[in-house]
Formats: sequence, structure tokens, C-alpha cells
Amino acid sequence: MTQALSIRALRKIYKNGFEALRGIDLDVQAGDFFALLGPNGAGKSTTIGIISSLVNKTSGVVEVFGHSLDREREAAKRCIGLVPQEINFNQFETVLNIVVNQAGFYGIRRREARIRAEECLRQLALWDKRNTVSRTLSGGMKRRLMIARALAHSPRLLILDEPTAGVDLEIRRSMWDFLRRINREGTTIILTTHYLEEAENLCRHIAIINHGRIVEHSRMGDLLARLHTSRYILEIANSVDRAPVVAGYRLERLDERTLAAEVPAELGIHRLFKALAEQGIEVIALRNAANRLEQLFVDLVESQRPVPVRKSA
Amino acid sequence: MRHLIPLQTILFKEIHRFIRIWPQTVLPAAITTSLYFLIFGGLIGRQIGSMAGMPYLDYIVPGVVLMSVITNAYSNVVSSFYSTKFQRHIEELLIAPVPNWVILAGYVGGGIARGLAVGVVVGGIGVLFTHVHPFHPWIVAAILLLTATLLSLAGFINAIYANSFDDISIVPNFVLTPLVYLGGVFYSIDLLPEFWRKISLGNPILYMINAFRYGFLGISDVRIDVAFGIIGGAILMLLVWALVLLRRGTGLKS
Repeated sequence: MTQALSIRALRKIYKNGFEALRGIDLDVQAGDFFALLGPNGAGKSTTIGIISSLVNKTSGVVEVFGHSLDREREAAKRCIGLVPQEINFNQFETVLNIVVNQAGFYGIRRREARIRAEECLRQLALWDKRNTVSRTLSGGMKRRLMIARALAHSPRLLILDEPTAGVDLEIRRSMWDFLRRINREGTTIILTTHYLEEAENLCRHIAIINHGRIVEHSRMGDLLARLHTSRYILEIANSVDRAPVVAGYRLERLDERTLAAEVPAELGIHRLFKALAEQGIEVIALRNAANRLEQLFVDLVESQRPVPVRKSA
Repeated sequence: MRHLIPLQTILFKEIHRFIRIWPQTVLPAAITTSLYFLIFGGLIGRQIGSMAGMPYLDYIVPGVVLMSVITNAYSNVVSSFYSTKFQRHIEELLIAPVPNWVILAGYVGGGIARGLAVGVVVGGIGVLFTHVHPFHPWIVAAILLLTATLLSLAGFINAIYANSFDDISIVPNFVLTPLVYLGGVFYSIDLLPEFWRKISLGNPILYMINAFRYGFLGISDVRIDVAFGIIGGAILMLLVWALVLLRRGTGLKS
């Protein structure tokens, strides 16, 4: 299958000596919806910066749809659309001009650029705001404007660096629907996000980066399958003085009407309900204690945490 | 010519920007120069009489016009490109398949356009106060264009190095303005003692103003071929410097 992105031995050492990337390899297949996750400072934004030519690499090879960033930079750039983490459009320009100008930078004539801009702005429900000066838009509209701008030249690879940061749930879900749709239509998407639920819901493949190294690179389903236990919060009808004991499960009393339960995948939750009912405990509500991917993410990142150096006396 | 559309886009954006804010970009130059003509020409000029055989007001008109071109070409590029950096929408250009020379040409083109626009307005006001007309129109046009280009390039380099809004006002206030005022806008350097006359010859602005004055009045304190050589050489030097900075990503990429 065609590779949308191929990265080999990518390193970045900043002028202050900080080594942000320590030789990462990464492959993203064409048509994929790919999550690039990692804690703050792990190297996600540096990686995206290098792919989109905003950061100079120290060494390594980056290819976008087979075009080398070193040898065929213009061809590689034509394939990429970037939605950066920070708002970075001209705050004094109108919404329409921002998208039309961006299309112009990609060599699209003004007349065609206006048609393309209208399509993008309509898709993201911003057409009514086309003559509005961008600084007066709401936070969610600004995020959507950055997506519309990134799509102005119909990129084959769309990179979204925390696109839903700070937007409310309703807008986030509408953005998810939009991203799913353009992915179905053929656009390869790379997403970084701190909302792990977002990555779990949208992405088919995942890479986790930590301390400048890729610590996980697999199918989302394979990764989640490695999670052997799930943690649930149970609301119960009758109060309990201590945590009940059920063979195979680990239960913890959070307060008199709330329990936390570690549920092994092979036993399932139904058997726990039945065992609790036999002890006269009726479960009236249930929720996930943590997102499944979040548990894995924390485990992977924690396992990579550098051991503190003990100072000698 | 696949880069023509990106170049047109940057140019259109830059020209649209200074036209949209004309009360900040064109009007101040028109008011300031009108006052120069009124005070230095109409009031003080009568007391001075003539300069290099010309009525004083006629003598200062070319210098005042070029002074406006110099300050406006420089300030247009330095403020526009720095604010592009500051608001980070320079990233729109850096991620796009736009070569560095197109970015440079677009911004410098914007600076030239504003320099010429202000030059025409100020020149028009000068004509209202005097009867000065171009003596060598091609020299006038060439010096106007070359000066606007040189100062636009200088503004671009200043913007690349700038890390704050203070950094974009240091050069105009403490370098450019003294060089312009000491560059023979209001006097002939032949009036100066020999030592200061020789010092003045080290001021590149002097060559631009005198060549421009030659185009209007047919008089100059310096040789015209030397003036063209110095301006052309300076343009070449700044052009290479700006392209090297863009290639390295100085001030733009980490």
C-alpha cells in the first residue's frame, strides 16, 4: 500500500542542546486515520514541525507520498495541509481572504480559490462569517477556520495538531464527524490530541512518542486488546461499610454507595453483577473509571520515565 | 511560471494592506511633507534664498519626495513582515510550496508599491508648491525604483532579525532618520567644512538623494554613475543577505 508518510532516523537537536527527537521511524499508510500521541514535550510538535517545514531537522529522512523533503520539497509540501496547535492566521484579515490567500500560496488562481474557499467554509459552517474579521470569531470558529484554510488546496495528507483543544463538546463532535467524512473520501489524517477518547474513536493506527522516541507503533485495536483489565465505577442502591469480596475481581469502596471495580477481560462484568446481587448489592449505575487508551497511554509513558539520578553524598 | 500566482497573492495582500490602512500609511507622509514645503520652503526658504543656484524650495523638493519613499518603503516591509512573524501567519507561507525568492519578492514588491504611491502623492504636493518637473525622467524613475527596492530589502532584513516591536523601531529612529537628514535633503554638502563633507560621502542616502535631485534639477553633489553603482551594489548585497537568512530560516524556523 502507498505510504502517505515515511520517516527514517529523524533527529532534532535544538540550539540549546535539547534533543527533541532521538532517531524516530514512522510510517503512515495512505488513507489512514493515524494518532500521534505523547505527553507534553515528547516530540510530537517537533515531528509535525519538521514534516511541515516549520522546523529544520538535524538528520534523517522524511518522505510524503514518496516525495523527499530534501530533494522534492515543493512536491512534498503540495501534499500536506496543516492545522497547527496555536491560532496562526492574520487576526486583521477576513475569513474568506485567509482561505483564498492560502489557496493562492499553493498556486490556485484567485477565481478558483474563491470557489474552493466557499466549499471549505460551507463544509465547516463558516460561510456566513466569510466577511467577518477573524479576530472577532469565537474559539471554536477559529479552530474550524484553521481546518478550512488547511483544506484550501485539497491536501492528500492533513495533519492536525490538537485541533479540538479548548472547544466545547458539541463542536468537537461535529469536527469529528467532518474529519471522519474527509478521511472516508480519501484524505489521510494524522492527529495529535490530549483527548485520548478522541484518538480511540477516530484513529485506526497509533504511535506513541515519549522522550523523543517512538515507544508504541501499532493498530489501535491491537493496542487496546493488550489491555487485560478495565476499571469501572459502580453506583449501588444500598450502602456498604467495606468493599465486598468477589473471587477474580478487585473491588474498592470509594464511599458508602460507590465502588471501584477492576474487571479482568476474561471474566467480564456480567458475572460481577451476578455475584454482587447474590450478596444483596444492587448496581444502579456504571461508568468507565478511565478511558481504555488513557490507561495504556499512562502505562507506556510511565514505563519510559527516566530513573532519577541519585546524588552521591 | 508556476510561482507567479503565489507572488501575485503576496503582492495583492501587501498592497491591499497598506491601501486599507491609508490614514496610517499614506496620509501622514502627505501632511508631513506639506508642512516641510510650507515651513522650510515657503517661510524659512525665503530667508535662505537660493541653494546651488536654485530657489530653495525647488532645491528641497526632490529630497523631501525621496525621504518619504525611503521611510515608507522601509517601514512598510519591516512592520508588515514582523507582524506576520509575530502573529505567526508566516507559517502559512513556510508550509506552502513558495520558494524563498517569491516570499522576498512579494514583500519587497509591497514595500516598493507603498514607496512609489507615497512618492507620487508627495511629488504631487511638491508640484503644487513649485514648478519643478523631471529634467531626466528616466533617472527619476530609476532612482525611485532602486531606492524603494533597497530600503524594502533593508526593512525585510530588519524584520527577520527583530524579536520585538522595539527592534523594528531602532533602525528607523536611530539609523535611518539621521542618515536621511544628514544626506543632503535640505542642503548641499558643498556648504560643509571639508572634513564633514568627506564624512558625508560615506552616507549611502546622500547618493540616492543627489541622483534623484539630478533627475529633477540637473544638479548633484556626487557623480551620477557612482550613485547608481553604490545603490546597485547595496541592493545586490542586501538581496544575497536576505536570501541567505531565508534559506537558513533565521528568525523564522527553529
